[in-house]
Amino acid sequence: MTTTNGVASLRLISDEIDGFDLSPSDTEEVHVLAVDDSFVDRKVIERLLTISSCKVTAVDSGRRALQFLGLDEEQSVNGFDGLKVDLIITDYCMPGMTGYELLKKIKDSSALREIPVVIMSSENILARIDRCLEDGAEDFIVKPVKLSDVKRIKDYLTRDVNLGNEGRGINKRKARESCDLSSSPPSVITSSSSPSSPSSPFRSPSILSSSAPCSPPSTLDSPTSRLKMTISD
Amino acid sequence: MGYVDDQFSQLHKLQDESSPDFVVEVASLFFDDAEKLINSMARALEQPCVDFKQVDSHVHQLKGSSSSIGALRVKNVCIAFRSFCDAQNREGCMRCLQQVSHEYTMLKSKLQTLFRMEQQILAAGGSVPLE
Repeated sequence: MTTTNGVASLRLISDEIDGFDLSPSDTEEVHVLAVDDSFVDRKVIERLLTISSCKVTAVDSGRRALQFLGLDEEQSVNGFDGLKVDLIITDYCMPGMTGYELLKKIKDSSALREIPVVIMSSENILARIDRCLEDGAEDFIVKPVKLSDVKRIKDYLTRDVNLGNEGRGINKRKARESCDLSSSPPSVITSSSSPSSPSSPFRSPSILSSSAPCSPPSTLDSPTSRLKMTISD
Repeated sequence: MGYVDDQFSQLHKLQDESSPDFVVEVASLFFDDAEKLINSMARALEQPCVDFKQVDSHVHQLKGSSSSIGALRVKNVCIAFRSFCDAQNREGCMRCLQQVSHEYTMLKSKLQTLFRMEQQILAAGGSVPLE
């Protein structure tokens, strides 16, 4: 289904990938590839993204995601220019290929590694979050995903897209800040969309599953802070 | 304890003129998903040699989708259910299966009533507050 304002929002894809109707010239809207094996979660994430003015392609497995990205197991990328994906958001626990495995495959691909990958999980496991972030994930969202999570991701992503690719690739890795290693449940470091955001922009309550956010030291200054903030220079 | 938590009202925020039946659609997907999963759990627990990992996998999925729709009570039973799977406690699992099935049935009935009432209000020309 395609809406009149040019946003192509694709139906849930379970058996086939038929969403090749994206306009290659439409560079303003963020195109997100959502990967989740759960029908319910796919529907929700698709809606969250659409309502946040993103184009969405939703697939039900890592394998289909790689097919969509043009990166099959047997072959290298076959150059689908019209399917430029600005962000991949994937569930962690999926049969076949986990979200983490998908992340690794994307980051190992020279053609795809610049695409930011966000991992979602219903389980708030520090070791898991750390591993994903260390291996190149942009962010880690604890489910259920809320509108505020999507808005936050879109904000920093939109800025990246507007700046082109120069902003990417500069130190995506981040170690967790020391306050996150405390006994409180893990939180995820994310940068706010603008330096002038209000205090605690970095700890969205939706990410912390059960505790209040630890008060963040200024992540703008920390060398381990998430990269996007340096783009503002 | 309420049947649904804040996530349910979060879903209502996603409903608008361009997707006026969003909540009902998600709920329907959830009902289908839950029924399949509960049946799978029952079948797995009936086996002479129970594959607890398999049961746990179904419970994990149900926990995920119930969390996404805001089905608090169902989700909470799933949490307990997973502990029994870890402990490979068949009786505990059977009890949880009964409980989860009960909670699911109650939730489905309440949501269907809610949706019916909302339809009636809308058909009568009224409007339904989102929260």
